[in-house]
Amino acid sequence: MNTRTQEILVGLFVAAGFAALFTLAMRVSNLSQLDTGGGYQVNAFFQNIGGLKVGAPVTISGVTIGRVSRIWYNPKQYKAEVTMDIAPSQDYLPKDTSASIYTAGLLGEQYLALEPGGSLQNLKDGDVIHFTQSALLLEEIVGDLLARMTTK
Amino acid sequence: MTRASVYHAYFHSTVNADIDTDAAHDRPLIEIRDLYFTRGQQQIFNGLSLNIERRKITALMGPSGTGKTTLLKLIGGQLRPAKGTIYVDGQNVHRLRRHALYDLRKRMGMLFQSGALLTDINVFENVAYPLREHTRLPEELMRDVVLMKLEAVGLRGARGLMPSELSGGMARRVALARAIVLDPMMIMYDEPFTGLDPITKGTIVSLIKQLNQTLGVTSLVVSHDVEETMSIADYAYVIAEGCVVESGTPPALSKSSSAWVQQFMRGHADGPVPFHYAASDYVHDLLAGDSA
Amino acid sequence: MIDTIRSLGRWSLNLFERLGCGSIFLLRVLVGLGSLVTRPRLVVRELYSVGVLSLLIILVSGLFVGMVLGLQGFVTLSKFGAENSLGVVVALSLVRELGPVVAALLFAGRAGSALTAEIGLMKATEQLSGMEMMAVDPVKRVVAPRFLAGFIAMPLLAAIFSAVGVFGGMFVGVGLLGVDSGSYWSQMQAVVDLHADIYNGIIKSLVFGFVATWIAVYEGYDATPTSEGVSRATTRTVVNTALAVLGLDFMLTALMFGNPS
Repeated sequence: MNTRTQEILVGLFVAAGFAALFTLAMRVSNLSQLDTGGGYQVNAFFQNIGGLKVGAPVTISGVTIGRVSRIWYNPKQYKAEVTMDIAPSQDYLPKDTSASIYTAGLLGEQYLALEPGGSLQNLKDGDVIHFTQSALLLEEIVGDLLARMTTK
Repeated sequence: MTRASVYHAYFHSTVNADIDTDAAHDRPLIEIRDLYFTRGQQQIFNGLSLNIERRKITALMGPSGTGKTTLLKLIGGQLRPAKGTIYVDGQNVHRLRRHALYDLRKRMGMLFQSGALLTDINVFENVAYPLREHTRLPEELMRDVVLMKLEAVGLRGARGLMPSELSGGMARRVALARAIVLDPMMIMYDEPFTGLDPITKGTIVSLIKQLNQTLGVTSLVVSHDVEETMSIADYAYVIAEGCVVESGTPPALSKSSSAWVQQFMRGHADGPVPFHYAASDYVHDLLAGDSA
Repeated sequence: MIDTIRSLGRWSLNLFERLGCGSIFLLRVLVGLGSLVTRPRLVVRELYSVGVLSLLIILVSGLFVGMVLGLQGFVTLSKFGAENSLGVVVALSLVRELGPVVAALLFAGRAGSALTAEIGLMKATEQLSGMEMMAVDPVKRVVAPRFLAGFIAMPLLAAIFSAVGVFGGMFVGVGLLGVDSGSYWSQMQAVVDLHADIYNGIIKSLVFGFVATWIAVYEGYDATPTSEGVSRATTRTVVNTALAVLGLDFMLTALMFGNPS
């Protein structure tokens, strides 16, 4: 095996390795869905965020337009505060848009669904969404159901 | 610079440098003082002292297992002694830092028992290896030097062969060519005659003699082949039990008064080193059986 | 009783001695890496024998592991009516765990044992000794290129293993078992995270490559220079690498995936 052939094969091997890494990054992972940033941030307050996590998608009519970037408890409002990054192109959200926490599928992850309101002014960086619906908690549903069944 | 002048500069600087230092130091090339070395449970050397004179062929002889190869490794700095010092060309080998030790090794050639050729490159590349590693000679000059060294050992035509295609004797000759390629001041031969047919043995014997005479290279031959070694050695040491038992020129040794040395030199089966391993009485053992 | 404790003590001391010896050796190798900048040819040659020659077994194993994942995943998921999530199962298993770990084990068996045998035989035939006497540092010329080549090859091999496995799973799931092709890929892409999964998988294979190659070259360099010694060293390489990789895998997995945010 002469040196030239060896070197060509090694080059092919390294190229194949990088091609595999590239495939994994592009076709297998969620790289294509990651935003490159440059969007604007909007906050919302919730009574209970349930299982919502940082990185969860923010959708409108099911289409992902952003990601949850921060979740923390705001002691002044006594509510959980969620910050979301929305893609720069999606700047048409009216000021009275509502945000709800839904679950994707039976066992799926929780996500934020936005529903546009009717205001003529749009949300800008740093604005707050006032109409929110907290996550549905199993205990509350069961408690609710029991309460209804017993108060007949 | 013409090729001739490059040659001149190369050889002049290496060979003549040796001659100049010789005039300055009359010390022996290698001085071993009070060497102690242990391997595992065994005490290999017990206060060994000897001198290797410059430009002479010195032989180290002794029974198998006395640690002759170990001595060569100690001289080369691959092993450390428990006590004692080894001076090579005036330098204490084991006090040298890695860089200085490597510089010293470039001036030592060593011929291993198996040749120790690198098995993945051919004969030419093996001989050229030290040149490629330690010098920046242009390719054509390197080729000339390699071919000259191969010619000196009679294997110029074998330069394209791989080590696996060489016979034992040929491999050792290639290793010899490699050992002299940097024109060292000394060469150590580890059992150079062992396991060779008479013709090859004779070739190696005459090569060692020739190199010593033409290049003035100090030669240290470790061997237990008495006849071959005595035919070329200027001086010999007989080592047993970890120290020097006897030393002298070959004629002096053959007239030695020590019965042990006589047995060794002449190869007698029985003498001070007994033929029989310690055992009980013969007749008794045969008749009484193992229960006795 | 005392004897057991004594031999246990001796065994532990032996273990620490080898670990210490190996660490000092590793330092020498890392220092020797600097000299490779002027000799890239050496590394290319070792990359060939360590990387290119391992490709066949990695490709075949990756394909079969992916296919088995596809099959097993389908069987279990169909009980919950969730067959279309097959892509997620196959991809996550491969990228997070099986890719780095199995590739490392295969590497130890094929390339690691070859490295140990090569270096051990060079030691047994006095080639390393000869190089030392020619004032050439065998650690820099023989060991360092092999170490660098192993470290580079390992993540590439793991990536190839995972990529081929994903396609193997697709072949079985979509091609043979009727999973929807679109769902296979889209669900996978929604769940597999570039940072959490792929990067972590690459980090794992880098760590495994480092450790596997370190063990292989050390065992070779430290082998007893006889034929029996070399064969024992080769066996030790495979066994010790397997143990180290599996142990490290647990620690890394706990570090990386242990705390769901």
